[in-house]
Amino acid sequence: MQLIDRFLPHGTKYDFIRYRWFAFCITAVLIIGSFASIAIKGFNFGIDFAGGILLEAQSTTGPADLHGMRTTLGHLGLGEVSLQEFGTTGRDVMIRVQRQEGDEKTQMAALSKVKASLGEGFTYRRVEIVGPKVGGELVRDGVLAVVLALGAIALYVWFRFEWQFGVGALVSTFHDVITTFGLFSITGLEFNLTTVAAILTIAGYSVNDTVVEYDRVRENLRKFKTMSLYDLLNLAVNETLARTILTVSTVFVTVLALLFVGGEVLRGFSIAMLWGLIIGTFSSIYVAMPMLIYFNLRTGKAAEEAEAEEAPTGGPAAP
Amino acid sequence: MNHFPKWKIALVAIVSLFGIVFAVPNLLSRDQADRMPHWLQPVSLGLDLQGGSYLLLEVDTAYVFREQLTSLVEGVRTTLRKEKIKYSDLGARGDQVSVRIIEADERAKAREFLRKIDAEAAIETRDDGSMVLKYSEQAVKARKTAAIEQSLEIVRRRIDELGTREPSIQRQGEDRIVVQLPGVKDPDRIKALLGKTAKLTFHLLDDSTGADEAQKGRVPPGSMLLPSAEKERGMPESYVVRKRIEVGGDMLVDSKATYSEGRPVVSFRFSAAGAKKFGDATRENAGKFLAIVLDEKVISAPRINEPILGGSGIISGSFSVQQAQDLSLLLRAGALPAPLQVLEERTVGPDLGADSIQAGAVASLLGLALVVVLMIIVYGSLGALADLAMVLNLILLLASLSALGATLTLPGIAGIVLTMGMAVDANVLIYERMREEQRNGRSIMSAIQAGYDRAFGTIFDAHVTTLVAAALLFQFGSGPVRGFAVTLTLGLLASLFTAVLVNRIMVVTWVRWRRLKTLPLA
Repeated sequence: MQLIDRFLPHGTKYDFIRYRWFAFCITAVLIIGSFASIAIKGFNFGIDFAGGILLEAQSTTGPADLHGMRTTLGHLGLGEVSLQEFGTTGRDVMIRVQRQEGDEKTQMAALSKVKASLGEGFTYRRVEIVGPKVGGELVRDGVLAVVLALGAIALYVWFRFEWQFGVGALVSTFHDVITTFGLFSITGLEFNLTTVAAILTIAGYSVNDTVVEYDRVRENLRKFKTMSLYDLLNLAVNETLARTILTVSTVFVTVLALLFVGGEVLRGFSIAMLWGLIIGTFSSIYVAMPMLIYFNLRTGKAAEEAEAEEAPTGGPAAP
Repeated sequence: MNHFPKWKIALVAIVSLFGIVFAVPNLLSRDQADRMPHWLQPVSLGLDLQGGSYLLLEVDTAYVFREQLTSLVEGVRTTLRKEKIKYSDLGARGDQVSVRIIEADERAKAREFLRKIDAEAAIETRDDGSMVLKYSEQAVKARKTAAIEQSLEIVRRRIDELGTREPSIQRQGEDRIVVQLPGVKDPDRIKALLGKTAKLTFHLLDDSTGADEAQKGRVPPGSMLLPSAEKERGMPESYVVRKRIEVGGDMLVDSKATYSEGRPVVSFRFSAAGAKKFGDATRENAGKFLAIVLDEKVISAPRINEPILGGSGIISGSFSVQQAQDLSLLLRAGALPAPLQVLEERTVGPDLGADSIQAGAVASLLGLALVVVLMIIVYGSLGALADLAMVLNLILLLASLSALGATLTLPGIAGIVLTMGMAVDANVLIYERMREEQRNGRSIMSAIQAGYDRAFGTIFDAHVTTLVAAALLFQFGSGPVRGFAVTLTLGLLASLFTAVLVNRIMVVTWVRWRRLKTLPLA
């Protein structure tokens, strides 16, 4: 069917590997930029990590008087208080109060102050308080989870493939994670627990992509024993191109749905996912694959296996 | 092979049946679900979706240890006085209690007596006649553990007294307690109730000195200066109270809010042992003042007019009805061994929860619909079969969440969407492989077989790497991250099953039934 072939390119012979230096430059810029932004600008930590108070107040008496509220709350001496209107009715206000100096009791006292000064006329749809102790622990747990997940992914790929592939997967996944951190730092999007979940999803997705392509490389290494590595890598990318395009599009539409209808709480997650989808696809093709050029893949286990297995061009015969 | 053994077909049938049975309760209304057996319940929704309060409390274990040292000091004092052994420099220093026995020839005797106070306290004697009582690390740890267990129990009792629906109270880590209260909109009253240790004790007033003297720092040893719970109403600001506890609140068996002379008061009743102790104390000290102390504040200090032998009494103070009710609740439930501190609080109103779940569900369904359409456009009838497998995947995911009693959270919904993506990817990998094989000149059945066999390794690796990440997330993440990991794990397992096995059976059956000669793909 022509319709399908227009959607999904087959038998393409694009030379992806040729642009590796260009891609490496982009990668370098992204990574350095991310590190720089993280070092200089840092993150806009949500209360999960920074501690503090978050209130979602809904005015019961028509649209909320944001200006008045800002003045009232500003005079409480609670440090930085930010107000943000959201929703469509003008009645919903998100109030963030920075973490108070002192212990947990001080945070609770600050909450009572805020509620008292806003008075009647508001219902609280959401109240979150994270004390200083917990915030620090959540940061530690989050970082630990990300680092361990990356390590385990690399180990698994090493175990299933060869160490070179493990390194490639680690570098490309690390690249995705760092640039996602960078995205959050540069845009000032709120960084919270859900963000950590999103970053790990991105890592998982990107590895999924990388594994699919590496699998093809491994198969082709057995199939075409004399083909140059350069051509072989290109072939693998081209052969999986149709799948890449289709999968990216399906995930893309679901993430778009999440972004536009998923509501306020999932917004950060959706944006991170959208970015991860783009950067993950990019890194699988332009980081994970060309890296392999610099390893001698034909020595070691893969070569032995290839020799032992006298595979015809069609692959192992069907039983 | 494109021929499926009977056990595989049976497996698919059984698993699908399981999925449908366990997923069905999710379509029921709350009332209908309540009538279902407990193993057949809809998936439980996280507090972010159904609304409610989450509190993370910490038990102040250092306080427990301090209390223990204080009571050791009192024990030493009472013992040495009773045995008429002269001592000096008695007190708690750091993590130990030290005392000096003045007369050299009394030291051996003193040591014997001190040893009997607390078997867990080791005694060290120094040359200058001072003795140091110290708890072993194990004893301290055991005491802390006991305090946490007890706190857990007391928290449970207090919350049960309030009649909250389906509260969940769990220990977390070393010294923390997680309280989850579905449907509770305003946790302030609960926080207030949990914020009180509610330690009730009866002490004699120390009439050897006045509060004014004591405030200048001259508190006799064995006594303490305590503030009054109600400074207004012309009562003294503080009292000098003997440290010795005449009767403790742990001997109470019941407590009620009631009225006396038209004012709300709290009545209480002692156990038999408590009643005897209280009777003795009031008989021996008739005419003196008895201080009723709650959480180191004196509620009132009435004069003992006559022995109280019946084992019951009332606490009067300037209570409101609510305060009297709360105090009696606290006394009934018992005292916390140590104060609790709220480290984290998250409250979501039920209407916001409902909004979130609706937004999440709409987004998921919309995403699903888009994928379904896209697959049919690209793969035609085989795309529709993949869509069927994906719907089964969703059913199985929902069923296993329900059957395992796992909690679905908002990030969990995001996890579902991601799982759908991976499930589709698995089918795309297979179909693309089949196309390729057909283009290489294979017959339809051979192409189908090669497609599944070749793609399986890739799909397996891709799923397992993500599962590895999910497992770590579950282990080290907390709260929403965990909910996400659970959903992702179950979804990926379901996806391996549906995309590889179920879909294959459907495709082969379809091709045979329609007697297709080429794949309806390309």
